[in-house]
Amino acid sequence: MTDWPILSTVTFLPLVGVLLILFIRDDSASARRNIRAIALWTTIATFVISLFVWIGFDNSVPGFQMVEKFDWLDSGISYHMGVDGISMLFVILTTFLMPLSILASWEAIETRVKAYMISFLLLETLMIGVFCALDIVLFYVFFEGGLIPMFIIIGVWGGKRRVYASFKFFLYTLAGSVLMLLAIMAMFFQAGTTDIPTLLTHNFPANMQIWLWLAFFASFAVKMPMWPVHTWLPDAHVEAPTAGSVILAGILLKMGGYGFLRFSLPMFPDASLYFQPLVFTLSVVAIIYTSLVALMQEDMKKLIAYSSVAHMGYVTMGIFAMNQEGIQGAIFQMLSHGLVSGALFLCVGVVYDRMHTREIAAYGGLVNNMPKYAVAFLVFTMANVGLPGTSGFVGEFLTLLGVFRVNTWVALFAATGVILSAAYALWLYRKVIFGALTKESLERMLDLSAREKAILYPLIVLVIFFGVYPMPILDATATSVEALVHTITISLDSAHTAAAN
Amino acid sequence: MTPELTSSLCLMAPELIIAVGAMALLMIGVFSGERAYSIVNGLAVLVLIAAGAWVVTGANGGAFGGAFVSDPFARFMKVLTLVGAAATLVMSTGFAREQKFDKFEYPVLVLLATLGMLLMISANDMIGLYLGLELQSLALYVVAAINRDNLRSTEAGLKYFVLGALSSGMLLYGITLVYGYTGNTGFPEIAAAIGGGERQLGLVFGLVFVLAGLSFKISAVPFHMWTPDVYEGAPTPVTAFFAAAPKMAAMALTVRVVMEAFEPLGADWQQIVAFISIASMALGSFAAIGQRNIKRLMAYSSIGHVGFALVGLAANSQAGVRGVAIYMLIYLVMTLGTFAFILAMRRKEGNVEEIGDLTGLSNTNPVMATILTILMFSLAGIPPLAGFWAKWYVFLAAIDAGLYALAVIGVLTSVVGAYYYLRIIKIMWFDEPVRGGGFLPMTGSLRVVLGLSGAFILFYVLPWIGGSVSSYAEAAAGTFF
Repeated sequence: MTDWPILSTVTFLPLVGVLLILFIRDDSASARRNIRAIALWTTIATFVISLFVWIGFDNSVPGFQMVEKFDWLDSGISYHMGVDGISMLFVILTTFLMPLSILASWEAIETRVKAYMISFLLLETLMIGVFCALDIVLFYVFFEGGLIPMFIIIGVWGGKRRVYASFKFFLYTLAGSVLMLLAIMAMFFQAGTTDIPTLLTHNFPANMQIWLWLAFFASFAVKMPMWPVHTWLPDAHVEAPTAGSVILAGILLKMGGYGFLRFSLPMFPDASLYFQPLVFTLSVVAIIYTSLVALMQEDMKKLIAYSSVAHMGYVTMGIFAMNQEGIQGAIFQMLSHGLVSGALFLCVGVVYDRMHTREIAAYGGLVNNMPKYAVAFLVFTMANVGLPGTSGFVGEFLTLLGVFRVNTWVALFAATGVILSAAYALWLYRKVIFGALTKESLERMLDLSAREKAILYPLIVLVIFFGVYPMPILDATATSVEALVHTITISLDSAHTAAAN
Repeated sequence: MTPELTSSLCLMAPELIIAVGAMALLMIGVFSGERAYSIVNGLAVLVLIAAGAWVVTGANGGAFGGAFVSDPFARFMKVLTLVGAAATLVMSTGFAREQKFDKFEYPVLVLLATLGMLLMISANDMIGLYLGLELQSLALYVVAAINRDNLRSTEAGLKYFVLGALSSGMLLYGITLVYGYTGNTGFPEIAAAIGGGERQLGLVFGLVFVLAGLSFKISAVPFHMWTPDVYEGAPTPVTAFFAAAPKMAAMALTVRVVMEAFEPLGADWQQIVAFISIASMALGSFAAIGQRNIKRLMAYSSIGHVGFALVGLAANSQAGVRGVAIYMLIYLVMTLGTFAFILAMRRKEGNVEEIGDLTGLSNTNPVMATILTILMFSLAGIPPLAGFWAKWYVFLAAIDAGLYALAVIGVLTSVVGAYYYLRIIKIMWFDEPVRGGGFLPMTGSLRVVLGLSGAFILFYVLPWIGGSVSSYAEAAAGTFF
């Protein structure tokens, strides 16, 4: 098992599915069924193999594991893959959400099924690659390449304003990323390599760090998204098909946080400390402002999208607390948010498939004829609020704890976001689920089908399991985060002594 | 024959093959009646392939007392030029028959233009440079107007001729100034003369005029005005040829002139090249947004891409020249693919050129639409496609040379440029088909060109392709350092 390139297998297995789908030429109903089945089984196989990554993962090793390295293009750019405690669980999250997304599009996508499934499988390869890449150019290729399938997914299968949303998504993200590309080139010349493990040990000069940090920040802040560059997200979420929103909220947003952890913090520690107040300010503004905006929404998906921005505020705050609790909390929050927001979008998708509207006012009293749906939605709403016993609580609590140790005021303001999130989430729940079932069109709505149960129930189990017993995640991340915090502290201390001398 | 002459002629064999071939084909064309065009066209492709084979296997060295050189850089760029010329001849076959374009003079003129380009690439002397350039230009003027009953084609030819003559005049004036101040026309001698003395204002004037003349040939801003009109007016196979081959040769020539002859004036021409580059990138990105005609759009796109390639030249380093070489190669492949697609935009009533005609293409011709999508994302510079690597190498060189402002402006204009490439993808994928329906099936030759270029762009990221291209380009760039 040790010599088997398991990460490359997980990354590129979806491409095998793409090849198989390409062989299906006609567009009959049975061909569409076959295409869906191939996509589903490919993603399930990828998930199963990715579980071996977790099984084979050694929690006590701080460095990278399951490393593969080959010469790729010239001049020091290599094909280098590997995972550590920070990235490993994101791989699992990706492979886990993919079969659910395919299932969620089973009946919702009727047109151009072939192109849809190919886009999703391509996207899966690119997303897994982002988290496994240990060469910064390889990382960038995966990171940017993901724009192509997502652009097509939003633009072809999206809602009414899909063209606007897809262009906004693409150009915003691209504009952020090209500056990072230049920073990568500058790092290449400064350090002579694009190898991430080598760059992690390289000391960049302090004034250069500032510029590099800003360039990376431009990219990750857009991706995250942080206030005020978050405006592409509500549009993209609202217009994307359900599965697209799930992937967008569940995984693509996490690339920003992952980028901060992988690059900004360990490679530019001085700049990170220097910009800590900026990040804290933006995070607090994001938490409070976007929560207030969420309160005013009339569209279910838009509300969840704004709540995502608020939750990502906790993540950036936790990451830049630069201590064990904050960072572990941020990672936990990202994973939990991946499950919870993905699940919430799936819940919206359930009623959208039946009613073809996302307007909150169009619903009400669903508890009467959809009790199972009401329960599932309740669990995810509570997890979104951060109720103890759900996975949402652990992440929020740890990040707040981490920030509290650094800056009490920031923690205080951020904590108000918890109350606001309860306000909008419960308000949404009450409007949609409770009340009298007065609208005639809603009366014929059926409760969850077997397919929808297969999507939502595993998520319920995981959200509650990790809320009660978060140790599997915290154990897997602890050693790597400890090493990360250690490196930051050492380099900050040495910079401090250098300045003192 | 003296041994020196023999070895000189040996080095020049590709040019000789084409020159003799062009004249022989002219005779064949006259005497072969009805089917003249197809015979001459096929033979012209063979002549180009023969010349290409000689270039690939040929030796390095100087000929005719150093006026003509064959070095790795020249051979790299010659291969690109020959590939561009041969591919456009292949692509024009189906079009020619339908559009009454089947004049056998066309392949012959293309051969003569290609001969001029090869001479330009190998020129190591101002006189040789000018001879090659004029041979190329005169053939191109005629080719642009080859559809002589068509108003737009003749207008394109005339416009190109008037502006081209003006630029040749400027170039010539620059050459005389340089000659006046250095007393030489050979590139190495000019460099030695400039390096020996102090920096003279007249020389800088000469440099500016020479660069202005060359900018016209690579259609860089502010000497780009002819490009959109000529691209739109000329018959599509001719436009494909314009976009592919002459760009390679003119860029090679520009690189050689500034790297060899004006090497001691590095600081001066770097500024000029950086300015031209920024202006081209910006104009190429912004002006393309409003275009409705796909050939016109490709004209602006080519202006922008020349700007990106010049970013590498502005770096004035080996990495920079390598970047230019790789950029031109990838740009050539993308251009050939895109024009193969444009030639395939055929309906029953004839060829169409409006972007709006692509509406809903992903439904009607999914394979064509997918390949064009790949090409457009590549032109926009999105990884992992080849167009990204082209930009990667030139911006890498710019960052290395400390040209941060140029690099930042460059990548930001590439974001603006991405908008109009995305718009084509949007029209193909997001819009429902409304008018006209799908296109007719592609002819075999277009299928081959489009398929090969799509595959190259998609698989460039594999080490066997990307890695070897990069090592060849590295060797080519090593010529000047």
